[in-house]
Amino acid sequence: MNQRVVITGIGIHSCLGNSVDEVTDSLYQGKSGIVLDQDRKTFGFRSGLTGSVTLPNLKGKLGRRDRVGLSEEAIYAYEATLQALEQAKLDTDFLEKNETGILFGNDSSAKAVMQAIDLIREKKDTTLLGSGSIFQSMNCTVSMNLSTIFKLKGINFTISAACASGSHSIGLGFHFIKSGMQDRIICGGAQEVNPYAFGSFDGLGAFSIRENEPQQASRPFDRDRDGLIPSGGAATVILESLESAQKRGAPILGELVGYGFSSNGEHISNPNLDGQVRALNMALKQAQLDAKTIDYINAHATSTQVGDTFEARALDQVFGEHRPLISSTKSMTGHECWMAGASEIVYTLLMMNNDFVAPNINFANPDEDSAKLNIATETTETNLNCFLSNSFGFGGTNSSLIIKKFKN
Amino acid sequence: MEKTMTKEKIIETINEFLVEEFEVEANLITPDANLKDTLDLDSLDYVDLVVIIESNFGFKVTGEDFVGIETFQHFYDFVNKRLNG
Repeated sequence: MNQRVVITGIGIHSCLGNSVDEVTDSLYQGKSGIVLDQDRKTFGFRSGLTGSVTLPNLKGKLGRRDRVGLSEEAIYAYEATLQALEQAKLDTDFLEKNETGILFGNDSSAKAVMQAIDLIREKKDTTLLGSGSIFQSMNCTVSMNLSTIFKLKGINFTISAACASGSHSIGLGFHFIKSGMQDRIICGGAQEVNPYAFGSFDGLGAFSIRENEPQQASRPFDRDRDGLIPSGGAATVILESLESAQKRGAPILGELVGYGFSSNGEHISNPNLDGQVRALNMALKQAQLDAKTIDYINAHATSTQVGDTFEARALDQVFGEHRPLISSTKSMTGHECWMAGASEIVYTLLMMNNDFVAPNINFANPDEDSAKLNIATETTETNLNCFLSNSFGFGGTNSSLIIKKFKN
Repeated sequence: MEKTMTKEKIIETINEFLVEEFEVEANLITPDANLKDTLDLDSLDYVDLVVIIESNFGFKVTGEDFVGIETFQHFYDFVNKRLNG
């Protein structure tokens, strides 16, 4: 069986907005979601920069039993998934009767774990944690909670692959649908936004310290970049077989045609040219597309010196001859880590369906490698037919996804 | 924590936190109503009840303490006995 795989719903809750309309506007305007959080400085962070994400209060919207197990990132994921289900015309009654899966990317739930440990230390009694703590604390908090809330009956697990988690969740969903094993899967990525989640990352010295200019701090590919800015929220991408989508009369936002992956097999945090190139080429080969058919690339580029350099070289090696438009939406969002691979698919689908490419803001001066790329420094009105999105993570895990505008 | 809480105050406190935490309509809470059925309690909810009792009344209860507590009146009496002897 070889099913075509389409996207029938998307949802987003991020520092660029809490709905696809808000986020589309932010992308088009080239608006940064980065702020300086003094509490992080007090807490001991080297950098107080962060994406600013609002935490919704679900009381009155969701019953107590469904609510108490939701971690911060699961709350974001619930919001994003509600939006995506509505767009895809899927309700709980349908989901309960028609097998639907969930594969969500997430790689920590540090706040829930820390709060539980603090409480045990204070009270010396684990029974005072309450019933929700365990379901908030596990890495699979999102898939575990959403599968219960939305009565999902299909495949159900979490993908933990560092900053490529969200992208791999969509890649795996692609294969489960392509092979005919599932008709539709709720994919996505979630990322908590709190000091507990990012302290150890900050400790590596990987974050930008351009604290006097928060909105100029994330500058992927720019010569004067000095590190990434952590952010988060959640993004949901509903994948569905074309047959199922057409049968239901669901909207089709794009067709997922390629998923390339690789492992560097080298350093735990340093990138590697060969690994990225292998993932890119695998995605093109899977999609049966030539590099010249890619109109736009949403780069992984996080604004670190070494990371952006290696990606610029990989993109130049594979696409140098054709020079597609390239930008990193992380210039506006910061690095949404476990969520990034999914949110960047959402961002780029919004561009494709609204005929523009969002700018790589803060790209003032290229360096030797980024000078070879065709970087969109301003919002570009253009008709996108096919795009690629990169995600790379610690441990050398790489993922590249290719999506085409749907044609019957 | 207050050790000399009156029966009336205990009832008021319990009813308030049940409405707030368990999101039950206040008019469904009557002394003879069944606690488990009215609040739609499952095994996990009893874990949360332990936490709420500790934070409101300052004493710890175990799952075994709930054996025999069937109505709201039983619950009020149990808390009153633990607080006032």
